[in-house]
Amino acid sequence: MEVLFLLIAASLTVAAGFLVAFIWAVRNGQFEDRYTPSVRILIDDKEQTNQTVEK
Amino acid sequence: MRTTDVNNMAEDTIEQAEQTRCYHCGEQCPDLSLHIEDKYFCCQGCKVVYQMLSESDLTCYYGIEQHPGVTAREPADDARFAWLDEAEVSAKILDFADGERAKTTFYIPLMHCSACIWLLENLYKLDAGILVSQVNFPRKELTLTFNPQKTTLRRIVTLLAAIGYEPQITLNDIAGRKERNSRKSLYMKLGVAGFAMGNIMLLSLPEYLAWQMELPEHFKRFFGYINLLLALPVLLYSSTDYFNSALTGLRQRMLTIDVPIVIGILALFFRSSYDILTGSGAGYMDSLAAFVFFLLLGRLFQQKTYETLSFERDYKSYFPVSVTRLEREGEKVISISRLQVGDILLVHNHEIIPADAVLLSDTCEIDYSFVTGEARTVTKHNSDLLFAGGRIVGPAAKVQTIKKVSQSYLTQLWNNDVFQGKKQSRLKSISDRVAQNFTLAVLFIALAAAAYWARVDYRNAVDVFTAVLVIACPCALALSIPFSLGNALRIFGRNKFYLKNSDTVERLAGIDSIVFDKTGTLTEQGEQEMHFLRLDGRGDRLRDEEAELIAAVTRHSTHPLSRKIRSLLAGREQELLPVTHLTETEGSGLSGHVGGHGIRIGSASWTGAGTELTEKIKGQNGSRVFVAIDGTVIGVFLIHQAFRSGMHEQIRHLQQQYPVQLLSGDNDSSREEFERIFGHGSVLHFNQSPEDKLSFIRALQQEGHFVMMVGDGLNDAGALRQSDVGVAIAENTSAFSPACDGILEAGSFRRLSTFLKFARKTVHVVYVSFGVSFFYNIIGLSFAVTGNLAPVVAAILMPISSISVVAFTTLATGALAKKYGI
Repeated sequence: MEVLFLLIAASLTVAAGFLVAFIWAVRNGQFEDRYTPSVRILIDDKEQTNQTVEK
Repeated sequence: MRTTDVNNMAEDTIEQAEQTRCYHCGEQCPDLSLHIEDKYFCCQGCKVVYQMLSESDLTCYYGIEQHPGVTAREPADDARFAWLDEAEVSAKILDFADGERAKTTFYIPLMHCSACIWLLENLYKLDAGILVSQVNFPRKELTLTFNPQKTTLRRIVTLLAAIGYEPQITLNDIAGRKERNSRKSLYMKLGVAGFAMGNIMLLSLPEYLAWQMELPEHFKRFFGYINLLLALPVLLYSSTDYFNSALTGLRQRMLTIDVPIVIGILALFFRSSYDILTGSGAGYMDSLAAFVFFLLLGRLFQQKTYETLSFERDYKSYFPVSVTRLEREGEKVISISRLQVGDILLVHNHEIIPADAVLLSDTCEIDYSFVTGEARTVTKHNSDLLFAGGRIVGPAAKVQTIKKVSQSYLTQLWNNDVFQGKKQSRLKSISDRVAQNFTLAVLFIALAAAAYWARVDYRNAVDVFTAVLVIACPCALALSIPFSLGNALRIFGRNKFYLKNSDTVERLAGIDSIVFDKTGTLTEQGEQEMHFLRLDGRGDRLRDEEAELIAAVTRHSTHPLSRKIRSLLAGREQELLPVTHLTETEGSGLSGHVGGHGIRIGSASWTGAGTELTEKIKGQNGSRVFVAIDGTVIGVFLIHQAFRSGMHEQIRHLQQQYPVQLLSGDNDSSREEFERIFGHGSVLHFNQSPEDKLSFIRALQQEGHFVMMVGDGLNDAGALRQSDVGVAIAENTSAFSPACDGILEAGSFRRLSTFLKFARKTVHVVYVSFGVSFFYNIIGLSFAVTGNLAPVVAAILMPISSISVVAFTTLATGALAKKYGI
């Protein structure tokens, strides 16, 4: 049963790691704009130039 | 044969032109003269933008969306942004600058699609000095990092304007940037509380299952200490906002809802710490973390904000940042902060008069729609006084300022003390009212229970006292308000009624009097109805040949009424008839000879219309333009403001529930008409200055009324601010609206009374949910006062009560919205 001490320490470390990651993401401004990146990623830089749809 | 062919071809081309949309902006092309290969453009501006983009290999802009551009119309004028070169101006616009890098953020209201994002983020291809450009689309902001040695602010702004994305730089930006209220800290507090909650619950699991298995004592202690450790950041970091606001409340001698919350948090923490450290129990740390987590979640839900809407605008967000001053050396563009009394300015087409001034040019046309909501332009003559805030229409006007910007007729409104500090609500919020009684009741129960137990056992008394404080923690109570009001806020938002914050819903329910502005609020902005009334008894329509004569004469006049008549008659003229002996007399009318007829168009006296004719149209208000052909008055054009659709019914609905009053800055020419709508004996006020409106609202409030003001222009700004709920009507929400508590899109005006009803019902939902949470509290208290509050009971009761309150309020407000069809 004593292994529980080790397991809990390990699980808390992992959980704390995720908390730190979350805090980093918030401070980095990743929750400030939740729309634009979703559009940005869909726009291909070298898109078929001039292939437009008229009408 | 040949001519028919040509004709056919001409017709084909016209047909094609009707169907051809501008490759850049998608507007209909007036003709096919502007094109590059097979791409047609509606104007030179659009064509130039296309050329510019294709030279920089940016044409996939057009591949992302169809016709993504913004109609350019006028090519950008470089001199317009000369003031950006001034060091003091650019220092204020830049967020950050050193020798190599400078950073700034622009608000660009015209960005509208994914192609805009793409183009704006590829700006570096158009200007090598730009290092990074990043768009925040919901806020319509562009953040730019550039090398100040390679490019300048002025060049970037000129470039943006040239490709159709002119940033909006207002006096507010110059006066000092305001920090955007960021949710970062709330997210982090929520994250910490959630982290603590999950882990504490996990470590409390053995305790929850204590009746099934017995853990060795040293495990229990170990878990307890870790729980204590995990709860520390919840107490010291996540719940700091509640401590601060409870303290602020107490300093003002008010028991706000935060006071019982803080008492609960402290009782939870210290009781649990004591239990854990003495080994007498497992403590309630799980409940503490869950409590704070739910509270913060409620706060997040309540803080629905409309990123692109601003509820804080004053004249500064609308007045120009720069003006063209006429100096001895010629024209010079200066920033408005350097404007002085006595300066001679040149105000161009579409520019705004920045301060009260005297007109030096002969005449000019001014549009005061931002100020009054009145869309008709006003003609001013030499040495007339021009009020600040008007927009010049047509040729540039030369004016001399006579007041400072902040001391003008309109802008001095903002010197009123209503605008100092935060807007204070006189309606005490429900939560604060309840909190007062609640806190006292809980303290009373806790003391009574402790006193009862003290006779039995001293130790038990302390236990019971803290247990009552723990369980009576107003979790459900504190959640019912953010969730029901927050949900109502969202429902309003769905219906294009955007409120500044959720407290406004509560105040909306509490009002007992409504005041309307007239122009632009009850009447539609820009929409003017016009019809012809025949007065010579020969039918009631205008004949085609007569329409032709009138159109011929009015074509030569630039007067707004002439233009209006012309657009009414458009399509009825066969050919352009030549006009001779044309005269135009300011303030009277036009006359001329067409096709052998003498035409006079204008006022009654100008056309010779007698009193028997003017009597006939006495009931009609608004502008009237008489028409006389060969000395006989044939009829009159009547022009009046169009009422907002559904206005009559709306006023009637509202009048059944509230006293409704009218407050207008205009003269009382439309008094009769509005008396018909508002009913006889109703109170209508005309000729009100912006300050009159403010003091009118204040007087109503002093009589004990809670007033909702509905207005639209800058002249309503004082009244909107003074009122308990100020609602601004906007034709479209990206356009300007003065500072207010809510922005109502014009299309939703007809539902105003439903909205008010819904707000009142939402407050009822809050009361019912209070009942639900009291029910849970009574269950919990019965455990607490009998001294049987096990941690597991607290851990079950707390989330269940919170979740059921959240579910109830959300479902109830949703159901209400459905019932009212909003």
